[in-house]
Amino acid sequence: MTPAPDLPEGVVRHTFDGRERLATRGEPVYGEPTDGDLRLWDAGRSKLGAMLTTGMDTGLVGGETVLYLGAASGTTVSHVADFAGPTYAVEFAARPVRDLLPVAEARPNLVPLLKDARAPETYAHVVEPVDVVVQDVATRGQARVAEINRQFLRDDGRLLAVVKARSEDVTATPEDVFDAFLDDLTGYEVLETARLDPHHEDHLAVVARPARSE
Amino acid sequence: MNDGTPPAGTGWFDGVDPEDVEAAADAITDGNAESPRDWPALAVESGFAESEEAYYDALHEATLHAARREVREREGADDRQLVHAVRAMDDVERVANELAERVAEWGGTRDADAGTGVEYARTLADREADDPAGAALRGLAERVADLDEESQSLRAYVERTAPEVAPNLSMLAGPVLAARLVALAGGLKPLARKPSGTVQVLGAEDALFAHLRGRAPSPKHGVIYVHEYVSGIDPAERGSAARALAGKLSIAARVDHYSGDLRPELQAELDERIERIRARTRDGDGESGGDGGTGQ
Repeated sequence: MTPAPDLPEGVVRHTFDGRERLATRGEPVYGEPTDGDLRLWDAGRSKLGAMLTTGMDTGLVGGETVLYLGAASGTTVSHVADFAGPTYAVEFAARPVRDLLPVAEARPNLVPLLKDARAPETYAHVVEPVDVVVQDVATRGQARVAEINRQFLRDDGRLLAVVKARSEDVTATPEDVFDAFLDDLTGYEVLETARLDPHHEDHLAVVARPARSE
Repeated sequence: MNDGTPPAGTGWFDGVDPEDVEAAADAITDGNAESPRDWPALAVESGFAESEEAYYDALHEATLHAARREVREREGADDRQLVHAVRAMDDVERVANELAERVAEWGGTRDADAGTGVEYARTLADREADDPAGAALRGLAERVADLDEESQSLRAYVERTAPEVAPNLSMLAGPVLAARLVALAGGLKPLARKPSGTVQVLGAEDALFAHLRGRAPSPKHGVIYVHEYVSGIDPAERGSAARALAGKLSIAARVDHYSGDLRPELQAELDERIERIRARTRDGDGESGGDGGTGQ
């Protein structure tokens, strides 16, 4: 068994209420437990947090440029902005963006974009090439979203995607949905996959990098 | 470039004045590009920002402004609800009054002491009917009472919602007039974009078109007439008061649409302006005025 990869710089293990959990340093966002300037990163609320907790090799080291698709109200993206560099947070729905605004106000490196991840041309004039694309979109066509946003990823960058089976097709089995997603991910080379149970049911986490041209 | 889109490879900051947050937010919201580029480096190269750090500061400010504005706009779809509610309130009130008139006319043939208006319909609705015609009249009177209740509940909704949708406009105009102005303009955004001279005569379109055809003097005010700062002012100064009020109302609508924070100083400025207009008529003849205490 290979040792668990290091956590990105800026993410630490810290004991909250007798249990060792992940934490980052930053302004609290939703009333999460804090200890000094450390704030608990709850794997049950955050799929990326669950990926790190389960020991997936995300390739995250800290300080990188991130494009986050499906930022929602900013629970996870706030932790990412705590340890990353410029963090572009794309969210399509206005309601969650209202909650994302104060999160972004408190974090100068967090760039909120009320845009549709299915229409990258509407934010390509703002987002620079990035080291990491985090994809957490609850929409049909999740593989297509990953494909059309590959243009933002540097050649040595990483796609960290979480596929939500129920968002794709509620009638198919999660396994079929995940297989179809991986089949459709033609522009990438998949490095690792893992189910996120028990933190998140019927979610598949995927670490991938852009496929080499030949 | 046949569809008006900027050339490929144009960043949001191209052609934007670094000092102009509004224009920067417009570029974030409306712009597009075929593919991403190293925007921070390009922005420094083009002279938009002195350093990448300064670029990120500007980017942060512009995207926050754009997102805040757009959330407000999309969520402010509440203004659509307000528009419908105030229109419905006016319709229901009008119909209630028309039917109340019918009830009064009918009631007058049966009852020497018949009253008028919605109140009379209410008393009839509570009264026992002693013949088939009386039962029919009572049925109609009940409808009037129901409609009156409906208009009151719509008014309550308007009074609750208008300050959320348009806080500054509601502060200056009162919630119902604020809602009427939003409805007449077709929404908060169109209201925010109208010149204040148009806001001044919203609701007086008939008079305005008669004037434009050369058949009438220009109207001094539309629905804002119901505001005490217009109706409660000496007729000679009513035009100035209406202009002053409309000016502040359109500023309020713009603040409400574009930023949404409450600016109490708008009220103070308006009060002061109207007080100066009132003072003019008091100087003209000592008879008018009459709000004790402020006499000079």
